[in-house]
Amino acid sequence: MLTLHVEYFAILREQRGLTQETLTTTAATPTVLYAELRARHAFTLPADRVRAAVNDEFVAATALLRDGDRIVFIPPVAGG
Amino acid sequence: MTREMITVDLAAMSFRISSSVLDPTALSRALADERAGACVTFEGWVRNCNEGQPVLSLEYEAYALLADKEGARILAEAHAKFPLLAAHCIHRVGLLQLGALAIWVGVTAEHRGAAFDACRYIIDEAKARVPIWKKEHYTGGTTAWINCATRGDFAGDTR
Repeated sequence: MLTLHVEYFAILREQRGLTQETLTTTAATPTVLYAELRARHAFTLPADRVRAAVNDEFVAATALLRDGDRIVFIPPVAGG
Repeated sequence: MTREMITVDLAAMSFRISSSVLDPTALSRALADERAGACVTFEGWVRNCNEGQPVLSLEYEAYALLADKEGARILAEAHAKFPLLAAHCIHRVGLLQLGALAIWVGVTAEHRGAAFDACRYIIDEAKARVPIWKKEHYTGGTTAWINCATRGDFAGDTR
């Protein structure tokens, strides 16, 4: 089991109703964790529309998560 | 505004997220450089309509820690690709009304070609890569996170 800190922004923040939470999970990668959270909280964005960042750096969807990591799922961006 | 001018003046490149109003005149003035033969600036404004829907206001939200890093990478890429003297970009966050300045890019170079090309490169890459999100508030009272629709043909649009 990993203890992870998840932060939410924009549409995910609204759908989760939180800006951050700490959770324990068996998910080993961002893809698996997102699927878990999406099922639990009914996120509308499918996994292939969301990028992941760990400890404030972009990572591959299949990167291995480590205990204590801070993870952010990034919805499609729309700056400018 | 004074603080922004100093920041821009001290470094040859900077990317910043700002929660306060941007003053394009002050930002442009801070680009002054006797070596520069060209200065190109871009201002992105809050428009009153998107995809046929009348827009009342916009809300921008940033993942600031990563936005700063990705923004800095884009500016470094611009410096590597084009012969520039300076390149800066500032993006607003928070609630913005129609006509407000949402993003400002300022580039100086010896010659206009590099300045135009780099300015275009920076705004295009910033829109596509920097983790900033836009929520539109429409006159009918509804809202939408742009590019986050799961139906409709504008879901993947990055204009």
